[in-house]
Amino acid sequence: MSHLVLDGLTKRFGGFTAVDAMNLSVERGEFVSLLGPSGCGKTTTLQMIAGFVDVDRGGIRLDGADLVSVAPNKRGLGIVFQSYALFPHMTVAENIAFGLEMRDVSKPDRDKRTLAAMELVGLKGFADRYPRRMSGGQQQRVALARALVIKPALLLLDEPLSNLDAKLREEMQGELRQIQRSVGTTTILVTHDQHEAMALSDRIVVMNQGRIEQIGAPDQVYDRPASAFVASFLGKTNVLAGTGDGQGSVAIGDLVLPLPGAGKGPLQLAVRPERLSIAAAGEPGLEARILGRVFQGTHWLLSAQSAAGALTLMRGNDGAAVPTEGETVRLRFNAADAALLPGGAAP
Amino acid sequence: MSLAVTERNSPFLLTGPALLVFLGLVIIPLGMTVLLSFYDWGQYKGIVPEFTLKNWVEVFTDSYFFEIFLRTFRIAILVTLASILIGVPEAYILNRMAPAWRSAFLLVVIGPLLVSVVARTLGWALLLGSTGLVNQGLIALGLITTPLEFMFTETGVVIVLIHVLIPFMILAVWASLQRLDPQIENAALSLGASRLTIWRRVILPQIVPGILSGSIIVFSLAASAFASPAIIGGRRLKVAATLAYDEFLNTLNWPLGAAVASLLLLALVLITVGSNRLIERRYAQVFE
Repeated sequence: MSHLVLDGLTKRFGGFTAVDAMNLSVERGEFVSLLGPSGCGKTTTLQMIAGFVDVDRGGIRLDGADLVSVAPNKRGLGIVFQSYALFPHMTVAENIAFGLEMRDVSKPDRDKRTLAAMELVGLKGFADRYPRRMSGGQQQRVALARALVIKPALLLLDEPLSNLDAKLREEMQGELRQIQRSVGTTTILVTHDQHEAMALSDRIVVMNQGRIEQIGAPDQVYDRPASAFVASFLGKTNVLAGTGDGQGSVAIGDLVLPLPGAGKGPLQLAVRPERLSIAAAGEPGLEARILGRVFQGTHWLLSAQSAAGALTLMRGNDGAAVPTEGETVRLRFNAADAALLPGGAAP
Repeated sequence: MSLAVTERNSPFLLTGPALLVFLGLVIIPLGMTVLLSFYDWGQYKGIVPEFTLKNWVEVFTDSYFFEIFLRTFRIAILVTLASILIGVPEAYILNRMAPAWRSAFLLVVIGPLLVSVVARTLGWALLLGSTGLVNQGLIALGLITTPLEFMFTETGVVIVLIHVLIPFMILAVWASLQRLDPQIENAALSLGASRLTIWRRVILPQIVPGILSGSIIVFSLAASAFASPAIIGGRRLKVAATLAYDEFLNTLNWPLGAAVASLLLLALVLITVGSNRLIERRYAQVFE
């Protein structure tokens, strides 16, 4: 049995459907990210799980028991807010112990667990500090310790790293993941940052306009996007126009690739920039004119125009010659690297 | 002499005009009032510029003055406490309202400040009189048989002062509520706190600065209020401000009036600064 189940979860604000019949099963100990642009319903979903927003239709079950009818202060979930929402008039230790106090944990036990939680997040010795005297990263750790110390059934993270600078964010990502692994708490992360979602999660739920676009492991979602939206939201991608012959092969310019399942007529393929390569002389390929190139240290990013559409390709900085602006190259890629997108224009 | 603006003299040059106005309109008259309180006065000789402590001795020894000062501060404390009890929940509700409703109700809240003090107080006199709307309504409802005494009583003065001064409390508390993290209640809720506990342990300690600054404003304005006690309290129920007025304009004993006014000012400064210090120390974390 799944640990957390969202069953047809729906929320409307007036005429606007924020979350539309969402179904999701999360296993015990899993780290799942809800990823999507702002307004896609990910935060509303999290708030419904937390109980801060009423559910219009559908159910939420935790270990088989209904969660919707439970008051938010009885759900026993640990939540880390985007703003951390620490209690500014309490010390670090008082902040962390607050949830234990509400559970009537005895003072010695409370002290022991608070200390352990501070150690877990690397804040040993900060017990008497006030949040205002701490850096953003430290405040983030207090918020995490405060949420974890109550041994929550679920850990909900609402864009927890978005207020940190890039370097600190990367550090905290690693640490968050390691802490979650060691504690083993089932975790749901809401984020609009694809890198964060890919770095942290066991599975990513890509959401758009209140609906789930795709659920899968980070590499699976990245390599095999189920829709043009997913392809463009996760990393850079090229959407190429091709023509299917109805017998399992697709022509993109001169390039003909076997793609089982491809229909007849015009269709769209998603290919990642790093999977495009320059064809050897005599090999068939898609003719493209290089429009510009940007050096990125480890690689070059080239923009080009082809008959199948504008595209971006990546060339590793491995000493080989890099095509210059105005040059015409022939590009190729493997059928396995192309994801067939369902009909409709790319966003 | 050079008039060049340097880094050293620019602060003085920039604040100079305002300081001059402040000096001319506040400090000098205040100094003169204090000085006046040390002058002699007699029924037939008028004000005599001779140094004497007799006004201050009179103010401190005559139980008549003691009673009036006691009444003044009793009224001010009651008004302040009532403003906290009514104003803090009101500010909290106001803060949670939808923006459109909030602006409408803000107007209602600051309404009393938009009406002239005399018109407003006379309006209250009409309401609170023995044949006024309040008493007639209560009698019609059968709640009382004889009219309640509001006019010329402390109760009446307190009611009227609460009405006019509560906006200061609401606005001060509302300002500190707006500085709260909007997620802080949800955070406490998720940790298992009940609504009441959230209020007591999370919200209240954080809005203490707002309550304190509101209290200081309400307390000093209530203690130094003139028009409301003059109209509602009348000549029978004197407070420090109306007492000073009477000494100046009826008895014509300016030095004694000056002593009363100076003492009121001194007491107010001591009380507000003292309570401010006390609470600031207690809630040092919230005041940063």
